[in-house]
Amino acid sequence: MALSIPKLPREEPLAPGHRLCSGCAAPLVVKLTFKALRPGERMVAVVPTGCLEVATTIYPETAWKCPFIHVAFENAAAVASGIEAGFKVLIRKGKYKGKMPYVVVFGGDGGTFDIGLQALSGMLERGHKVLYICYDNEAYMNTGIQRSGATPYRAWTTTSPVGRKIPGKPQFKKNIVAIAAAHEIPYAATASIAYWADFITKVRKALDAEGPSFIHVLAPCPRGWRYDPRLTITVARLAVETRFAPLYEVEYGRKVRITVKVPRPKPVTEYLKIQGRYAHLLRPEYAKEVEILQRAVNEFYEYLEKLEKLSTT
Amino acid sequence: MAKVIGLTGDEAVAYAVKQCDVDVIAAYPITPQTVMVERLSDYVADGEIDAEFVPVESEHSALSVCVGASLTGARVFTATCSQGLALMHEILYIASALRCPIVMAIANRALSAPINIHCDHSDTLGSRDSGWIQIYTENVQEVYDSIIEAFRISEDKRVLLPTMVCLDGFILSHCMERVETLEDAEVKGFLLPKPEYPYPIDPERPMTYGPVALPDFYFEFKRQQEEAMKNARSVIREVNDAFAKLSGRKYDVIRADFIEDSDVVIMCMGSAVGTMRHAVRELRKEGLKVGLIKVRVYRPFPEEELRKALEDKKVVIAMDRACSPGAMGGPLYEDVCSLLYDAEPKPKVANVVYGLGGRDLTPSDAKGICKYALEILKTGIVKERIKFVGVRE
Ligand SMILES: Cc1ncc(C[n+]2csc(CCOP(=O)(O)OP(=O)(O)O)c2C)c(N)n1
Ligand code: SF4
Ligand SMILES: [Mg+2]
Repeated sequence: MALSIPKLPREEPLAPGHRLCSGCAAPLVVKLTFKALRPGERMVAVVPTGCLEVATTIYPETAWKCPFIHVAFENAAAVASGIEAGFKVLIRKGKYKGKMPYVVVFGGDGGTFDIGLQALSGMLERGHKVLYICYDNEAYMNTGIQRSGATPYRAWTTTSPVGRKIPGKPQFKKNIVAIAAAHEIPYAATASIAYWADFITKVRKALDAEGPSFIHVLAPCPRGWRYDPRLTITVARLAVETRFAPLYEVEYGRKVRITVKVPRPKPVTEYLKIQGRYAHLLRPEYAKEVEILQRAVNEFYEYLEKLEKLSTT
Repeated sequence: MAKVIGLTGDEAVAYAVKQCDVDVIAAYPITPQTVMVERLSDYVADGEIDAEFVPVESEHSALSVCVGASLTGARVFTATCSQGLALMHEILYIASALRCPIVMAIANRALSAPINIHCDHSDTLGSRDSGWIQIYTENVQEVYDSIIEAFRISEDKRVLLPTMVCLDGFILSHCMERVETLEDAEVKGFLLPKPEYPYPIDPERPMTYGPVALPDFYFEFKRQQEEAMKNARSVIREVNDAFAKLSGRKYDVIRADFIEDSDVVIMCMGSAVGTMRHAVRELRKEGLKVGLIKVRVYRPFPEEELRKALEDKKVVIAMDRACSPGAMGGPLYEDVCSLLYDAEPKPKVANVVYGLGGRDLTPSDAKGICKYALEILKTGIVKERIKFVGVRE
């Protein structure tokens, strides 16, 4: 599907003046999602506790132009399930006269990979028609940059500090798309704010899917990743160009397709060196750690290519 | 006309919920609530009720689903107890603060450890500050009736608070009793057409639900909940009257038996009320005068009614089927002490803790408690503030 910019909706889901940091990727995730709606289609946003939620809804103000629901940190998928079930039955019984809206969750990595994983799994397994988008800034940013299950290997956070003995997070990032896809849902994908056409196309596919869908979006955070706010799109693009965060989709847990191929990847150091959270890795004594990271990146991309080949044969 | 059927407490809950034409049910099984969930699944599977049944993966999600569904304007039900209620704890406060008129049945069960499946009230009493209306029932008929009343109370726009209907685990949940049921049409006529939620989620009229409210606004939200509880007091009275007109069964926030001529009053909640009433009657035959007060609605606390009922009493025993280690006494005891602080003359108040983990309250225990009260009347001394009845020391 070729996207035509003039045909994209002009309305924005977020009003200007919210309190997210300048350069924050989270509002771009919301805005790009909204661009996938067709005229007359409606979205209900469910957001767990986190930066996006606290910075857009400080009472008595709100930045949201569509219905917005926040309940707690670990239950966005369950709340979304309830909203979907509510609209479904009210429409069936003639108690709600409008059209079924799309229920879309925008969850942080903490609210998705960690504390909200159980509720997410339940929602995916039960088959609610909900699009769950994880905006992944790779740490608990709202509470001040603590590590999460999404924080990458050797990245600095306040709870995976660069100490004399341990240089940043010792564990690797959780493969959340594989976890979501393992529920054999109609649609799971990764997306990037730097590849807007790919992003919007994927959201559209997810909305059209019959059943639950999941999209993981890397969401650079200038505060937590320690880079100049004007570089957000550059950082996001480099994540793809280095194959650090490949763009792909998985249909029904089986059919894998790399949507943005990266035939000549840049070295991961290109991505690492512009972020303060990786500054220590550029020191000679950690050259081995960079090698480990590079190897993991290579291996995962090759693995994806194999999966893609398997899916087409 | 009303049908009389044999139902266990759990079945009575499910039957009432079906008649209330609930839109969304989300629940997770836990003994002794399980049968409610099973029956409701049957009703949905057989098409006897047009509802979405969301078979959640935990109680935390059960209540979260209910909150989401309730915000769409749907009529919503869930059920749990004990560990399940503890797991919901975080969302209890959110459900009441978002003013979701959810009805939840609780088959009261002790909390771990040690793990135990039998009755006490530690689970719901531990949630007493969560902003939910709490109704404690005495028999299966009252369980059935209270579920129907609960929807009518919660969904009233002057209230918009969630309600827990508590029934003693096994003692009521699994005990079959004769229940006079209402016709479906009668229940429908008694309830509101739908919850009076003023601003259900509607994309045509976008709103923000569950915002951040900082020191400049948070307090006002909480103050409004207090106001809603105050309104609930009069709405509960109205609903009890309307229900009496419909069914011939009149409930009140408290029920007082034999208190006019008694200097001594025992207060308790749940199924033990029946046992205590039996004991009180027996003792009357021996010429011993003890009064009994059942606290049916525990939140909002029936302040006015209790103050009137306890006027001029000399001894009050508050019975708690819960313990609160390190506190002055059980929750009912502490509430009663606060209530009577201004009383003139002030009665002696003592606490009895009984029945933890399903330990039986035998008729002789019940008589013993009455005699204990009479002894305090005679001596004017409360020797032990908390008396544990039925425990090995
Ligand atoms: C049950 C619970 N535990 C902890 C918190 C504190 N808390 C609020 S937001 C947050 C981190 C959010 O991280 P993430 O989901 O990644 O979103 P981000 O702020 O990074 O966008 C934490 C730990 C909470 N609100 N609730
Ligand atoms: S801390 Fe990061 S994620 Fe949070 S608002 Fe700022 S830039 Fe966005
Ligand atoms: Mg985060």
